[in-house]
Amino acid sequence: MILNKNALLRLMPVLLIGMVACNNKDSSQLIHGDAAQQAYVPPGEYDEFYAFLSGGYSGQITVYGLPSGRLFKEIPVFSQYPENGYGYSEETKNMFNTSYGFVPWDDSHHIELSQQNGEFDGRWLFVNGNNTPRIARVDLTTFETVEILEIPDVAGLHCSPFITENSEYLVSGTRFSVPIPQEDVPIDTYKENFKGLINYVSLDQEHGHMDLAFQIEMPGFNYDLARNGKAVSHGWSFLTTYNSEQAHSLLEVNASQMDKDLMAIVNWKKAEEYLAAGKFTERETSYYHNLMDEGSGIVNSEERTTTKILDPKECPDMVYFIPVPKSPHGCDIDPTGEYIVGNGKLSADMSVYSFSQIMQAIEEENFDGEFDGIPIINYEAGLHGIVQKPGLGPLHTEFDGRGNAYTTFFISSEVVKWDVESKEILDRQSTFYSPGHLVIPGGETRKPNGKYLVAMNKITKDRFLPTGPEMMHSAQLFDISGEKMKLILDFPTKAEPHYAQAIEAEKLMSNSKKFYPIEDNTHPYATMGEGRSRVEREGDEVHVYMTAMRSHLAPDNIEGIKVGDKVFFHLTNLEQDWDVPHGFAMQGATNAELLVMPGQTRTLLWEPKKPGVFAFYCTDFCSALHQEMSGYARVSAEGSNVPLKWGLNEELRENQEAANSFYEQAKTRASK
Amino acid sequence: MKNLTLIKMAVAALFFYSCGSGNNEETTSSSAPDTAPEVPESIAEGKGIGEIEEVNLEEELDEDMVKMGKAIYDMKCSACHKLTDQRVVGPGFQGVTNRRKPEWIMNMITNVDVMLDEDPAARAMLEECLTRMPNQNVSVGDARNILEFFRNNDVEKTGNKDQANS
Repeated sequence: MILNKNALLRLMPVLLIGMVACNNKDSSQLIHGDAAQQAYVPPGEYDEFYAFLSGGYSGQITVYGLPSGRLFKEIPVFSQYPENGYGYSEETKNMFNTSYGFVPWDDSHHIELSQQNGEFDGRWLFVNGNNTPRIARVDLTTFETVEILEIPDVAGLHCSPFITENSEYLVSGTRFSVPIPQEDVPIDTYKENFKGLINYVSLDQEHGHMDLAFQIEMPGFNYDLARNGKAVSHGWSFLTTYNSEQAHSLLEVNASQMDKDLMAIVNWKKAEEYLAAGKFTERETSYYHNLMDEGSGIVNSEERTTTKILDPKECPDMVYFIPVPKSPHGCDIDPTGEYIVGNGKLSADMSVYSFSQIMQAIEEENFDGEFDGIPIINYEAGLHGIVQKPGLGPLHTEFDGRGNAYTTFFISSEVVKWDVESKEILDRQSTFYSPGHLVIPGGETRKPNGKYLVAMNKITKDRFLPTGPEMMHSAQLFDISGEKMKLILDFPTKAEPHYAQAIEAEKLMSNSKKFYPIEDNTHPYATMGEGRSRVEREGDEVHVYMTAMRSHLAPDNIEGIKVGDKVFFHLTNLEQDWDVPHGFAMQGATNAELLVMPGQTRTLLWEPKKPGVFAFYCTDFCSALHQEMSGYARVSAEGSNVPLKWGLNEELRENQEAANSFYEQAKTRASK
Repeated sequence: MKNLTLIKMAVAALFFYSCGSGNNEETTSSSAPDTAPEVPESIAEGKGIGEIEEVNLEEELDEDMVKMGKAIYDMKCSACHKLTDQRVVGPGFQGVTNRRKPEWIMNMITNVDVMLDEDPAARAMLEECLTRMPNQNVSVGDARNILEFFRNNDVEKTGNKDQANS
């Protein structure tokens, strides 16, 4: 959330009083008779939509069902997750590599689902990390984070990762302008030394792999939110900015001086032409690309060192500005691609722009000066019209595909429905309290499914049973199929959801993976069958090739480990059944547990510090004999000569050869 | 073909039912008349229940199939089943083709959830071993290879194979 709550509270005490009075309305009066039935999904039945909510300061994503509001999953993305070992296991810890080192937390804001022809296609999900600028990709067949790309030379990647209608690019912009390249300069040299970047990350259409295609060097503003054109406006990007004052202190006052800020408009097809024509400069920098290998599940991390920069001064007709009302936030485009809504947080009105008018103004060079060589389009020339006094503190807008727009108002705490063409206000409903983003399934695509709307509120207060000073955020589900919006459900959400996207369940269900086929496991430390389980020593590294099957781990007795060793437990789950993960916890391990999906191999590092016999066990209740799924590791003093032994069921084996020929031995023993 | 489809539908219905009702035997038997009218013929014949209706075996073993069957066994089965008559988690495989018809063996491998709920012999083993055999997602082709490997194992261990197949 860019909007500083405290700032608004202080700036608008009078309005606040109005808001509180408004909020004290008894919401039970707003509930209609059949609301419970509408949100009710009977036991054993499925929700109609998946909703993916960003986690804000949790760094993660949560998956809810609509209309039930039931939580299905938390997908770890930008924060380590001891619950399953994400970011702790040897396979996944590289996911957090950045040019700043290992950064195990971030602030996730905006969810973008992949699209084809302006519709969600259900392949991938992208989300930004704000603090250490990066973008993650989640595979929607597994609901796992499989890739993270760092974005160099930007700060606070809030304005990210907005997707184009055929998933060509993810567009992002810097929230904080900074010296580029970074250097030690006085902060008050902001105007000369600080720059902003708009970044285009290209997507490989087959695998979804991300690559930083180019960056556009822009004036040092704060780039806030963006959308890409669709249908008629495909090929263009629109980014709101604030702080055209270029203030560097007390922004809540100093960045709100001018009546209007600027929206950046980028012709990215033109940018592609300049790139192809070699009109870029290549700059040395450093950023990381972390990609999970599909077969092994191992994340490979690679530093990249160059980036291609396009300068608008050298590349005419590529970037324009148009004024937007005071301190804009959301920038949203209707399903036809013709109308662009710019929400000025501190403005009493909302400006709606027309893409065709903007194109005409560019054609006619109807400009009001320029900023750093970038033409500023005449405001009135691009304006479709103004929505008069819709509410206070407009933030975000989505669409229902029937010509209506729905905008959240933070300060007046409501959702307002209005007609895009006529700009007439049709309905308003209170939310509890102070909504940030809202989501309609497909509400930013060419084909919205205008059945439900979820408002994600920033303040919860009295909505749920009190849980101390910190409350979960509240979301409110509205039925928007009729003329008036109907509140049908409140549900708590994890951490702080910013944006969310929702998709028809049928687009994901049939592709959802139920297990990893063991035949496809290419992990170098996989144990392909219990007969191959073994322990190997390489210097002070001990590698345990362990298997899990209901209800035992093999080997489950290990001896010959010494204090000072690094013990790697490579656990392969041999199950091939849906929803049968096995867990692994080692007493004294200072990282986390492992949760290993069927057919997968995951590795936990344990560095025993003292001699003794230590227990390990399966942490996921897997069968009636789950409690028996355990074992012992014996640790001897440094320099001791206890031999390396391992086994299961009293069959201790002493060398690798014996382990590899376990099957043959078993056969021989059996035939006697 | 029509018959096969009908059988598959019946299997699907049974599976759905058993899945929905859990493992409560009383519930299963009391409401059985509505959903599972009679013991399917294949169960009565000792062939179990599932996609596999008829398996024709050649007397001579196919060495390639034995090898492929062993590879699957090593990876997906050996954690619980030994090749001797020793029971660990599940029963040992020695002599399995002398005890069970090939259709039963392959149905047990490829349709284990339904077998454990509906086939009396499979249920009796569950009561003995007390661990539900997991679905290891073995294809019909791989199950056939495993069967060939079992026949080979039985010849090696007991000098006999396929004694239940008469």
